[in-house]
Amino acid sequence: MATFEDVKDVIVEKLGVDADKVTPEARFVEDLGADSLETVELIMGLEDRFGITISDEDAEQIRTVQAAIDYIGSQQ
Amino acid sequence: MTTASGASPTRPPLGITALGAYAPARVISNADFEARLETNAEWIESRTGIRERRFAAEDEFTSDVGVGAVRDLLARDPDALSEVDAVICATVSPDALMPSTAALIAMQVGLTGVAAFDLSTACSGFVYGLSVAQGLILAGTARRVLVVGAEALSKVVDQDDRNTAILFGDGAGAAVVGPVPQGYGFQQFVLGADGAGGSSLYIRCAATKLPGGFEMAPGVGMNGREVFKFAVRVLGDSGNEVLAKTGLTSRDVDWVVPHQANIRIIEAANERFGVPMSRTVVNVDRYGNTSSATVPLALREALDDGRIQEGHQLLLVAFGGGLSWAAGTMRWWAGTPSLQPRAAAAAEVPA
Repeated sequence: MATFEDVKDVIVEKLGVDADKVTPEARFVEDLGADSLETVELIMGLEDRFGITISDEDAEQIRTVQAAIDYIGSQQ
Repeated sequence: MTTASGASPTRPPLGITALGAYAPARVISNADFEARLETNAEWIESRTGIRERRFAAEDEFTSDVGVGAVRDLLARDPDALSEVDAVICATVSPDALMPSTAALIAMQVGLTGVAAFDLSTACSGFVYGLSVAQGLILAGTARRVLVVGAEALSKVVDQDDRNTAILFGDGAGAAVVGPVPQGYGFQQFVLGADGAGGSSLYIRCAATKLPGGFEMAPGVGMNGREVFKFAVRVLGDSGNEVLAKTGLTSRDVDWVVPHQANIRIIEAANERFGVPMSRTVVNVDRYGNTSSATVPLALREALDDGRIQEGHQLLLVAFGGGLSWAAGTMRWWAGTPSLQPRAAAAAEVPA
């Protein structure tokens, strides 16, 4: 089960943001400043960490921290 | 002497015995694209690490660019082509589908009558070519093989497509593969391809569709997200695989020479095989992605400035359209003039 803390670890590492900025409501692009390649790196980081595959179409819908947690939960 | 060379004791040691490189004179900066495309120089640099690239002249094609690299090699070592029985040109921007660009290069450098053929594995072509050259020599078909990675991608890319126009450049590298002393040279290669990813990176030719019905656009077609994910994983995996096959770990690697497509791919891949950027040769900032030419251009640069020296353990890793990938390990031998820094080679020219 993906916890908020697990997902936060990946986000902090891949986007290089402060941990306290990573809230469930935070949006990757608008709030955490991710550029297009960083969002790909983030998706890859989540795939590797949780052993799942995230299609391009699904990845485009994952725009917030909570959306990532929910998506991973639905795939495990 | 350790046995870490990875070469089978019964296999004669083969490796690179001469190396040359060439980049066309015309420099195209990121700012040059701002005038024509809806893009900006800073955006290009932050997304790709590319600041400038070279474009061939109007009447300069891939065979000419390749010949430039062979002439550079000959200028450093006039005897370098003796015993060359075959020429391989790795390219995805050939002058023509036939004749082969390899045959045209061979003719222009005085190698008439030797075997010559092109190799089409895109950006992994040069590393693939080294492995094929090794095979030709081990089979007794050739004594030495000239492997050229040459591209004039500026002729192929749609210069109005801002997704791809900014990425690619022109250039060439040329290496002679032949016998080297025991304990040096090629150790292991890992080669691979997966046509299922063919639509991620392509250049259209006779067909307009790929198997499965994917419609190809003109110019160079690329799905940036797909290629990025593939590249980072395959560079890391094939690099780790070839190191394991050689009996080495990333700590044994003095220099990684990766395909130069995008600095962020190189950085992300390096994390996966655990070699720091301080031991990685990077020149994507000045040449962009020259496909099959990136690895020899980077090798030449790191030889000229003295970073790569005799005895160093090298890891070459490349990926490209196909999708394809190639990784190779080698212990560098610097026993001929063109394998030494430019200054040292020049010093041997009689006054």
